[in-house]
Amino acid sequence: MFSYILSRLARAVLTIALVMTFAFVVLRMSGDPAMILLGPDAPQDAIDAFRTRWGLDAPLWQQYLAYMKQLVTFDFGISMRDRAPAIDLVLERVPATLALTIPALILKVGIGIPAGVYAALHRQSVTDRGVIMLSIFGFTIPSFVLGLVLVLIFAVQLDWLPSGGQESWRHAILPILTMSVGGIGVLARFSRSAMIEVLGQPYIRTAMAKGLSWRDVVWKHALPNAAVPIVTLIGFMVGALIAGAVVVESIFSWPGVGRLIVVSVANRDLAVVQCLLLVIASSMVIANLLVDVAYGLLDPRLRAKSAAH
Amino acid sequence: MTDLTAPLAAPGRLTRLRRAVPLLVLLSAIWIALVILTAALADVIRPYPITQMNLSARLVPMGTPGFPLGTDELGRDVLSRLIQSVRVSLVIAFGATLLSAVFGTTLGFLAAQFRGWVEHFVMALADFQAALPFMIMSLAVLAFFGSSMMLLVGLMGFYGWERYARIARGLAIAASAQGYAGAVVQLGAKPSWVYLRHILPNVASTLIVSMTLTFPEIILMESGLSFLGLGVQPPETSLGNMVGFGREYLTRAPWIMLAPSVVIVLTTLSISLLGDWLRDRLDPTIR
Amino acid sequence: MTPPVIEARGLVQKYESGRSLLKPGRVVRAVDGIDLAVRPGEVLGVVGESGSGKSTLGRMLLGLESPAAGKVLFDGAAMPAPRTDEWRRLRARMQLIYQDPLAALDRRMTIADQIGEPLRIHRIAEGPELHERVAALMARVGLRPDQADRYPHELSGGQRQRVVIARALATGPKFLVCDEPVSALDVSIQAQVVNLLRDLQEQEGLTMVFISHDLKVVRNICDRVAVMYLGRVVEEAPSDQIFTDPRHPYTRALVSSVPKAGQGLAGRIILQGEPPNPAARPDGCAFHPRCPLADAACAREVPALERHRGRLTACLKQRPVAQTAA
Repeated sequence: MFSYILSRLARAVLTIALVMTFAFVVLRMSGDPAMILLGPDAPQDAIDAFRTRWGLDAPLWQQYLAYMKQLVTFDFGISMRDRAPAIDLVLERVPATLALTIPALILKVGIGIPAGVYAALHRQSVTDRGVIMLSIFGFTIPSFVLGLVLVLIFAVQLDWLPSGGQESWRHAILPILTMSVGGIGVLARFSRSAMIEVLGQPYIRTAMAKGLSWRDVVWKHALPNAAVPIVTLIGFMVGALIAGAVVVESIFSWPGVGRLIVVSVANRDLAVVQCLLLVIASSMVIANLLVDVAYGLLDPRLRAKSAAH
Repeated sequence: MTDLTAPLAAPGRLTRLRRAVPLLVLLSAIWIALVILTAALADVIRPYPITQMNLSARLVPMGTPGFPLGTDELGRDVLSRLIQSVRVSLVIAFGATLLSAVFGTTLGFLAAQFRGWVEHFVMALADFQAALPFMIMSLAVLAFFGSSMMLLVGLMGFYGWERYARIARGLAIAASAQGYAGAVVQLGAKPSWVYLRHILPNVASTLIVSMTLTFPEIILMESGLSFLGLGVQPPETSLGNMVGFGREYLTRAPWIMLAPSVVIVLTTLSISLLGDWLRDRLDPTIR
Repeated sequence: MTPPVIEARGLVQKYESGRSLLKPGRVVRAVDGIDLAVRPGEVLGVVGESGSGKSTLGRMLLGLESPAAGKVLFDGAAMPAPRTDEWRRLRARMQLIYQDPLAALDRRMTIADQIGEPLRIHRIAEGPELHERVAALMARVGLRPDQADRYPHELSGGQRQRVVIARALATGPKFLVCDEPVSALDVSIQAQVVNLLRDLQEQEGLTMVFISHDLKVVRNICDRVAVMYLGRVVEEAPSDQIFTDPRHPYTRALVSSVPKAGQGLAGRIILQGEPPNPAARPDGCAFHPRCPLADAACAREVPALERHRGRLTACLKQRPVAQTAA
């Protein structure tokens, strides 16, 4: 188990290092920072002074090392637009995003998994068919269309809920709904197929042949086994949530991390974008790491395997 | 660990739906044919040039004579813009799907052929790609380089490459171990011969099925970026870009946003349904 | 005497198993020092249980894998490194017949295309000429012309093996390794395929190494037989001598397990102990834990392959026998 977690940890660190490298490469490829910051009309000696000041005249590998050292010490530079440290700008937006993503994740898990499991246990029923249909629609409707349609119905036509802003909990209802619908569909469909697959396994037939009640078969044998792939999928959904936050926060003018990305990208505020990239990648890697650990706890085969190593 | 997403593409997820309503696949095929035809004949069937403004007919609602889908805030015909958007979005999605399939499959084959550090490198890249939401990566690249049509297609061309790479690598390794690929090597064939004439035809059906999965996702990704104003730039138009601009007039002229939305949803839904059906038909490994 | 077509000198192959980042794996010597030579037109049988290293030996003789030590000479020249251009050219002159013909064939290609493939790879024939040569090859292995457009899964096991044989013979090779060519086939079909191989061998004057765990099959086709046990040859002799007068206790046990007409399995020697495991090779003579004749010396000393009376035997117990007989 320990060496299993250790190898996952090594992979997580490697992935973050790759993301950092990606940011560095893209940053350098996008042009001379001196030209970008000082403008094309800057005098040559100003450009040279800038290069010396920021170490841009050093060999590329030295620049790379210096850059990595900065990132490791959480020094992401200053936002060109707000003249504030990029990391502060990003961190002050995090709570707003969590206020949307955490309820959305709870909704996805709380509705998606029971719906999928119920559908799997009642195959061919009207409910099953309904779950499949709704999950396909949930999966195919892009969140920006869904968000706007919800605004059109609940804010414009019915005037029940506000269409944007962050003043009260009522402002959060539509964004959270928009964010969760797609994920509910994906999770429902996935849990359904995972459950159906497990129910078809020989050990389920054995458990039933032993005379266990159907209830016990489902709770003690089927669900724990179906849980392994489902938990892994939830790890991946963290990424989808962050990507979803970008669109949803833009639709509902919600001042979170997603909105910040769009604004920074539009303004080409590189320090902030780079900082966001790392914060997002790190949170995804951490989420996947947690899932891997949970996975190791859930799957006795993995436990045994790591013990054998 | 990303291999665990494979059950998402599990066979027959719509099997029962299809059995209940087999008509759906037919309708999907008809809709896709219609969309492709629209894209191909955009120049002919478009009633007005997309930038032609008619200031006397601004924000005209649907069903107005001469403007079946209404007009936007500048009096431009929504139907004409929609037809052009279908073309642009489809061309981007098609080009990107091909790029990503070719790129991913090539890397997967290289990993299977050379093993060792090449394989580790490709798989590390695939992990990296899977660890970073594509949307965020695209936004970062667009931030650094600014948006252009070429960059957009190139960027979208990376979407999902890691899936092809994993599939191609896995299948190629299995083929070599199974024997037929190894047997052809033993006949004296060069790797290019083995991969192009034997392994590729054997894995093609699986790759085509993944392409039908990626295609709608690329459409969604492009329209998402364009909706945020970071994808296709005016005066060119795309489905997402239309929804994005239509959003400003949500209360006064919802049709500007609804028409492209309906097209997006119907198209991605049709491709998903058709892809599911194709998967059961084409992929003998599933049966 | 004519020089051998294929010659192995001190061949060793090692595999590492169970290796991880932290600890080195256990080294398994699949083939552990083999010398042999096959003369033009000769058929050498290689017999042994699974795990005896016979398939590994076959692959090394063909140059499909490089030996850890020792070398293989083909027509007196050293085997080029695998997957080089020279190695690829050499494939036209030496071929392999597989145990599982279905796995060795591409299921999405017609059998005519597959039989003609070596001719296209080596740019020997194309167009109408290719077509003619494929038809001739099919006729020679006993496939009907109407089967040309079939796919492998539409044929029977025996027919598939005929396709593999036709493909192997397409470039007119000089040397053929047959690795358990009939063990995946029905018993009723085995004799047909073995007879086909023997006919082709005689007509073409092919040099052949015939690998099998089944002595009955080997007897029909081989001039000479080498018996392998845990990566080493324990006895090598002309075919009739092996069957009529086996010397090594292991060979005796193998020969006694082949039923003879009128006798059935009377006098059969049942071997005791564990089947051979290359990962846990016993000290001394590898066969001693199962050998009915073994004594303390056998557990200490590794017997060398020694020649007497036209045969080679690796057994400490054979030495006194040989001396008294001489």
